Amino acid sequence: MEHAGKNFPEPTIETEAYWDGCRNRELLIQQCNQCGKSQFYPRMMCTNCMSRNVHWVKATGKGKVKTYTIIHRAISKAYAKEAPYVVAIIELYEGPSLMSNIVGCHPRDVNVGQEVEVTFQDWSEEITIPMFTPIERD
Amino acid sequence: MESLRGKTAIIGAADSDVGVVPHMSATQLCVDAALKAMDDAGITKDEIDGIVSCDSWAEPFLYHAEAISEYLQIEPKYCISVGTGGGTTFSLLHHAASAIATGICDTVLITMADSLRSGISKEKAMKTQASTGHPQFESPYGPSVPSLYALIARAHMAEFGTTAEQLAAVSVTARKHAHLNPAAQMRELITVEDVVNSRMIADPLHLYDCSLISDGGSAVILTSREKAKNYSKQPVYLLGVGEGHRHEHISQAQSLTTSAAVDSGKRAYEMAGLGPNDIDFAELYDCFTPTVLIELEDLGFCEKGEGGAFVESGAVDLGGLLPINTHGGLLSHCHPGNPGSMFALTEAVVQLRNEAGRRQVNDAEVALVHGQGGIMSSHTTLILGKEV
Repeated sequence: MEHAGKNFPEPTIETEAYWDGCRNRELLIQQCNQCGKSQFYPRMMCTNCMSRNVHWVKATGKGKVKTYTIIHRAISKAYAKEAPYVVAIIELYEGPSLMSNIVGCHPRDVNVGQEVEVTFQDWSEEITIPMFTPIERD
Repeated sequence: MESLRGKTAIIGAADSDVGVVPHMSATQLCVDAALKAMDDAGITKDEIDGIVSCDSWAEPFLYHAEAISEYLQIEPKYCISVGTGGGTTFSLLHHAASAIATGICDTVLITMADSLRSGISKEKAMKTQASTGHPQFESPYGPSVPSLYALIARAHMAEFGTTAEQLAAVSVTARKHAHLNPAAQMRELITVEDVVNSRMIADPLHLYDCSLISDGGSAVILTSREKAKNYSKQPVYLLGVGEGHRHEHISQAQSLTTSAAVDSGKRAYEMAGLGPNDIDFAELYDCFTPTVLIELEDLGFCEKGEGGAFVESGAVDLGGLLPINTHGGLLSHCHPGNPGSMFALTEAVVQLRNEAGRRQVNDAEVALVHGQGGIMSSHTTLILGKEV
């Protein structure tokens, strides 16, 4: 029950494919069949051309840190044991941005512009959360 | 379309006691502010035919404006409450002015309050805070409200070289002004060092980069320009108003360092036929220090990226080029949540009436007041003046 009390997402009819993807260790985003634009979070239409003809694609899972913060005062008890933890906005190579945690490094080592890739954290049998970690360069 | 310019005026404005006010409920604070604003205007309840409010967290009602009307036993023609966080207040003033201009009603009481310090349990406050952000795509990562603004601060620092000390200067100025305001919750002077040495909440934001948690209520009475002449106080005219809305969730923002204040400001300036150089003082939404830098830039008071240097130069202090947050703002006067901006509005009225005592802005003729809600999501700019 390592993650008990955290803010578990509740998948909806619109988002369950995304959360199924996470469970299978795939980061899914949507792409428009009409204009080709990629988007996140999932929607029933393309935010660019309003076409309803959007489909799921597997993202590279790679992107860069647009901004981040190191949270010292956790939002609730369940998160206190993670503090200090990093919340960041990541711009995926495909274009869309999303919020996530940066894990697998010291918070001090996170930078704006840093390249990161997705990693998955299992919170329960149903819920797996995508997080990001710095891409190691040789 | 016909412009709202100069069609309406504020004829009464007042605040309840603010800060820690344990002897009054959120509803009582709301009604207390309303009664004081009515006294200030010298108006009877029969003359009020519109009621506008926003819900409180401490004592919520499903239909808040109806509940307040019922409490006051006023039966208005126009009755509405809206919730767009800190953006609510001026959005509502925009609605109320439109309602008067289109003849829906004549005179609107806008009153709101909350009791976030005394009227709400710590558990409930934490629970509400824990629900911040998109429930599926942000909230699981554990962002706090300060952390969402810290994302904006970090982006501004990375893009423009803004420093923690420049952010701190916003808070120092607010406190300087609060020091001159007997009503303010926090009045002891602070230094830049005090701010940057205060506890880190969400890096780069320290405790003193964050606004207060308060009890308090505030109300204004808005009527038509024609009717405003019937009341004793100097009318404060609404010369310009504009809104801008670009996102709800910060992870969806197209830009982290330029906000929809650009849109709301442009619309308000155009309506007023005025520009940034015509503004004598401004009351800018300061829930966290970085918002003020972005608002100063987006509203045209300095170049993009130069907000930090502008504040550091002393330009925003009383006696400076553009005094801001003359009452102490959300950082030092009080911040009871959604009603927070109302105190900036009543302060602008007090300043334009030349009633601000030791914190009076010299020759205050035109004020700009800006509110935002969400995470730099919902923006409304007001331009107010003594003359039409």
